[in-house]
Amino acid sequence: MIRPDAPVLLEICDLRASVEEQPILKGVNLTLRAGEIHAVMGRNGSGKSTLSKVLAGHPAYRVTGGSVLYRGDDLLALQPEQRARIGLFLGFQYPVEIPGVSNLEFLRVATNARRLEQGLEELDTFAFEDLVRERLQVVQMDPAFLERSVNEGFSGGEKKRNEILQMALLEPLVAILDETDSGLDIDALRIVAGGVNQLASADNATLLITHYQRLLDVITPDYVHVMAAGRILRTGGKELALELEERGYDWVDVEIERLEAAELEALAAAQGSRTPAEVG
Amino acid sequence: MTAAATVGDLVSQPYKYGFVTDIETEKIAKGLSEDVVRLISAKKEEPAFLLDFRLRAYQQWLKMEEPDWASIGHAPIDYQNIIYYAAPKQQVKKASLDEVDPKLLETFEKLGIPLSEQKRLSNVAVDAVFDSVSIATTYKEKLAEHGVIFCSISEAVKDHAELIERYLGTVVPSNDNYFSALNSAVFSDGSFVFIPKGVACPMDLSTYFRINSGDTGQFERTLIVAEEGASVSYLEGCTAPMFDTNQLHAAVVELVALDDASIKYSTVQNWYAGDENGVGGIYNFVTKRGQCRGDRSHISWTQVETGSAITWKYPSCVLQGADSVGEFYSVALTNNHQQADTGTKMFHVGPRTRSTIVSKGISAGHSSNSYRGLVQMGPKSVGARNYSQCDSMLIGDQAAANTYPYIRSQQPDASIEHEASTCRISADQLFYLQSRGIGFEEAVSMMVSGFCRDVFNQLPLEFAAEADKLLALKLEGSVG
Repeated sequence: MIRPDAPVLLEICDLRASVEEQPILKGVNLTLRAGEIHAVMGRNGSGKSTLSKVLAGHPAYRVTGGSVLYRGDDLLALQPEQRARIGLFLGFQYPVEIPGVSNLEFLRVATNARRLEQGLEELDTFAFEDLVRERLQVVQMDPAFLERSVNEGFSGGEKKRNEILQMALLEPLVAILDETDSGLDIDALRIVAGGVNQLASADNATLLITHYQRLLDVITPDYVHVMAAGRILRTGGKELALELEERGYDWVDVEIERLEAAELEALAAAQGSRTPAEVG
Repeated sequence: MTAAATVGDLVSQPYKYGFVTDIETEKIAKGLSEDVVRLISAKKEEPAFLLDFRLRAYQQWLKMEEPDWASIGHAPIDYQNIIYYAAPKQQVKKASLDEVDPKLLETFEKLGIPLSEQKRLSNVAVDAVFDSVSIATTYKEKLAEHGVIFCSISEAVKDHAELIERYLGTVVPSNDNYFSALNSAVFSDGSFVFIPKGVACPMDLSTYFRINSGDTGQFERTLIVAEEGASVSYLEGCTAPMFDTNQLHAAVVELVALDDASIKYSTVQNWYAGDENGVGGIYNFVTKRGQCRGDRSHISWTQVETGSAITWKYPSCVLQGADSVGEFYSVALTNNHQQADTGTKMFHVGPRTRSTIVSKGISAGHSSNSYRGLVQMGPKSVGARNYSQCDSMLIGDQAAANTYPYIRSQQPDASIEHEASTCRISADQLFYLQSRGIGFEEAVSMMVSGFCRDVFNQLPLEFAAEADKLLALKLEGSVG
């Protein structure tokens, strides 16, 4: 739902980041307003997943430039847990298993951390059980999963449902879902996408990171962004996804090559204008 | 900042119990000789049988050599440079707590073990041992109503000499090993528990050991006897001040369970571990063994080992009675330059005996943490079963974890299972928890608690919190 007057929740400006000194994001610009669903598409290695991890604050990624404002405040200055508490959520592509830590207890601690930040009362074990049982409906999940260790021995589909369950409990304002559709069969995809649709509202924004059109058949994006070589190359409506599906990504390569050639030229020109001493 | 470095910072919390109580102490001169053994025995006004026991042990010790097979290393110990007896100057054991030196009561209060009538723990009887002597035992009268004897071993030698003579040294013979021989020669104090036939001890019993003097060794001796059908749950805790020299702690614990008796023995060990460079700390060389003498008897060891520069201990079970059960649940956390070589021995003697071993080792810093365990199925152990599970968790990339399981079977109809695993707290796991709003420290603590849960579930309820608190102290900055 696009409303030009809706408040801006996330504003990414010329974001640059590297991992192990290798630049991955090379100037990403993106604005998310309340009520909007955005899809970021692109090939493997285009920087989509890096974008999601940088936003969530993964310690392996180093921000080298640009800014990210979350409701007007500097997001990048916050620890990952603080980002989560104020309403940023990352649904992982590969949720890790945490043996020995009970899923129920984990969900409760996480939910209470968020509630505390919102000025709400912490939920005790009983109150939380009521809440979690209600939210299980969102992803039609078996309560038996609450008794197990976090993601341990879960199938791919169960892990993704557990992610959306967490999202249902944490009620984020900005949800970034990284390849939520990967590894799901068509039924699981429907359930997970149904959950995402239920949770999307006029007050929050969703950023879907995906390879394929099939997720966008069930969750209709307001915007589609094509990412390549660490930046957003083109933005359009949902029809852009269909175009990608039809044409493939080859044209993206051509465009990126052209863009990078132009940049190199500009750089060379800038260096050429200096004196030789400065260059040396 | 890598996750490992931060976890490393977390586990290096200062030791809270490192203070020294300034109290007048009566000490004997450094060094060990037959005269010293006689002097200790004389100070404690012991009967002749005990002096003989000590002297025999001393002679055996002289002929023995310090064991070197454990996966630990330390500079040679100078046994002549240790004080073998130190006691706060308080001539007679006080009849009432009101007469105990307030400084001592204060010390234990500071350690979280209030002894005074008003403040003492409501459902746990405590024996408080300070250096070489027991200074107070709570709830003695109430326990006596049930026929339960709970007192210091020195008192027991005086008041219940026949029981001591009957049981002392029958589970751990004085010549069992180098340190048990040393302990048998010079042991100072410790606890004695006797639960008569058919009595379920009405409350948990606990001994708290405190080393205060800097150059003293602590050689405590604990003996627990549960007669037919009796049961008891017992916990020991221990701390010591911070000194830059190493101190020797060589204890012996013996448990005897007759037919249908059950003893649950839990330890939360937090001796001073030395500083971050490995200077100072306690050498914890301990022999603990329980004997399931009777049929259907049950002995369970639970230990949470977090302190000491070096830990060398293998709480064991001799499963003699038919259908007897032995259990060992252990969490050993090492950090900085700590070394732990710990595990258990399960001797299956009788038919259909069963044992369970669950060991969780956590190594951080430059520490080394080894599990060493023996499961032995004797020729008569028809239908005996053992299950062992040994898990190691590594924090950072400088720590070591080893597992040395020894299995010997002389009985084809016995079953032995052994499972082992090693894991590491990964940056991705931490990030996952953090990205759900859970702070870094809590995330580490959650994972470590989760890793140890099987063992913590075995601790008596009153002490599970203490163990959690202790790990939290080692792993978290904010929890106190």
